[in-house]
Amino acid sequence: MIEWQAIVGHYNYYVTVFLMVAGLYIVIAHGNMIKSLIGLGLFQTSVYLLYISPGKIVGGTAPIIDPKYTDYSNPLPHVLILTAIVVGVATLALGLALVVRISEEYGTVDEDEIVAMDQDQ
Amino acid sequence: MSSLQEHLPILQILVPLFGAILTAFTRSGTTAWAIAAVSSAISPFISAALLIKVTTTGQPISYVMGPWAAPWGIEYRVDLLNGFILLLVSLIGLVSIPYARKSVAQEIDSHKQSWFYTMYLLCLTGLLGICITGDAFNAFVFLEVSSLSTYTLIALGRQRRALVSAYQYLVMGTIGATFYIIGVGLIYIVTGTLNFVDLAARIGPAMPELSRPIIAALAFMTVGISLKLALFPLHVWLPNAYAFAPSFATAFLAGTATKVAIYLLLRIFYTFFSNAIPFYSLPISEFLLVLSLAAMFVASFTAIFEENAKRMLAYSSVAQIGYITLGIALANKIGLAGSLVHMFNHAIMKTALFFALGAMVYRTGVARMSSLSGIGRKMPITTAAFVVAGLGLIGVPGTAGFISKWYLAMGAIEHGWIWLVFLIVLSSLLAVVYVGRFIEIAYFREPSSDIADSHEPPLSMLAPLIALAAATIYLGFDTRLTGGVARQIADFLLSGVVLGGTQ
Repeated sequence: MIEWQAIVGHYNYYVTVFLMVAGLYIVIAHGNMIKSLIGLGLFQTSVYLLYISPGKIVGGTAPIIDPKYTDYSNPLPHVLILTAIVVGVATLALGLALVVRISEEYGTVDEDEIVAMDQDQ
Repeated sequence: MSSLQEHLPILQILVPLFGAILTAFTRSGTTAWAIAAVSSAISPFISAALLIKVTTTGQPISYVMGPWAAPWGIEYRVDLLNGFILLLVSLIGLVSIPYARKSVAQEIDSHKQSWFYTMYLLCLTGLLGICITGDAFNAFVFLEVSSLSTYTLIALGRQRRALVSAYQYLVMGTIGATFYIIGVGLIYIVTGTLNFVDLAARIGPAMPELSRPIIAALAFMTVGISLKLALFPLHVWLPNAYAFAPSFATAFLAGTATKVAIYLLLRIFYTFFSNAIPFYSLPISEFLLVLSLAAMFVASFTAIFEENAKRMLAYSSVAQIGYITLGIALANKIGLAGSLVHMFNHAIMKTALFFALGAMVYRTGVARMSSLSGIGRKMPITTAAFVVAGLGLIGVPGTAGFISKWYLAMGAIEHGWIWLVFLIVLSSLLAVVYVGRFIEIAYFREPSSDIADSHEPPLSMLAPLIALAAATIYLGFDTRLTGGVARQIADFLLSGVVLGGTQ
């Protein structure tokens, strides 16, 4: 019974790992560059969950010093992930900007077609 | 003056960062170049001052942000290892900048030039930041600052394939950085800290055995950073990225980006896990050894048959990174020193080679081997510098490359692996083939029609190239800066004194 609890108690990690693997799979599986970038975004998002979820304490509040509260959630993961979100947005934006330029130059966003076009040259 | 000295660690980052902001507001390429030149010229002095201070006092320099003391706030921490790498990166920045002016003016549209310099300075900021920071998460942020600007630099290449190369590097680089941050996250969940020194204290004596999350974290971080440093077989992004990026970007990145990633790997192996004895029981050395040897041979073979000279040098980079990781795999003092020496020497030699090739492309507009035939007669000084640096790559005695290979071979002997010495020599013979092939094409063939009216590049491009070629020879004789410091660093890393200097 105790083991069962341990397994269920870690459900946040299952969600994290599922998103992580799904995101990485989408990056590899698709020739479409935009779909790959969506997968990349999903992959990065899973990391946010990895950091945020252990910072939560059941019944914990924001870290405000007040005699009424004793349990505080750790605010540091939130700060870290705020930074990571900015990085993720910047990466996605740059990636999409590159895809726009690629689409202008090649007329397609399919990676296999582009590789074939480059080899023909 | 003394108060300025106190703030040197943060100035190392702020100078190029402010330069980047200033260049973003200028529209003229020349002004942007001047700002980049000033920032790049100040950086080496700061790094040199930091390194001298560390070597004379023997204590790491610690700098904290705001009122937050070290394990809680972000700490910038300079010790021998990163002082050395900081100096390397800022020196490459310094020699690159005179070269940049003409090369960038030719390859980049005039309205994009100031942006190009912004990206260069951001890249420099990020690389220096990874080196100087003492915080695992901060290192990730700087890694992404340098990576995002690198993708942009590559995408600004003239051919449309530069865009695809940048895209592929973006996808792989982001996966690598995310792997790193997953590893940091796992360690953070277990230990509750992100400070390098604090981590070492918590992973070390308190844990008789490495727990599974820690081992998983080590694996994630190692694989993630191996992607960034182009460890075979995770190098597939590198040849195209180097081949299609603007000449200046290729030369700068070849000298710095992979080296900084290797630094981060060393930091993880020897600071995070400096006290964790079980770390040495994991088969990391064997793993690195096999991959390094594969890089040395497979990449060198590929370089031999490569028709594009830039791609040839890029594959050669993958092979040379194999030598550096080989030294890490040996994990003894001499081997590690060899690895550090080769980081420095390879940065000098490969930047010189890409400078020379960039100068040839500047005059002729071609990078195909067959089109460059007879270039030695048209551009004798450039080609001679290429040959000197190429000889260094082979490891001919009297050049810098010989010193690094000597250390690596000694490290292998100390380990009792005589066969490894044989393999190091054998792989150097492959370098003889690809460098020799270029020499044959450059000197012993009639000039092709592509290069009929080419001549030496302008002095601003020639001078940095000659300086680096001279350094290749100089570092082959005087090893105080490379060998001497590298031995001290290897001592420092292996003795685990990282904790000695803690607060």
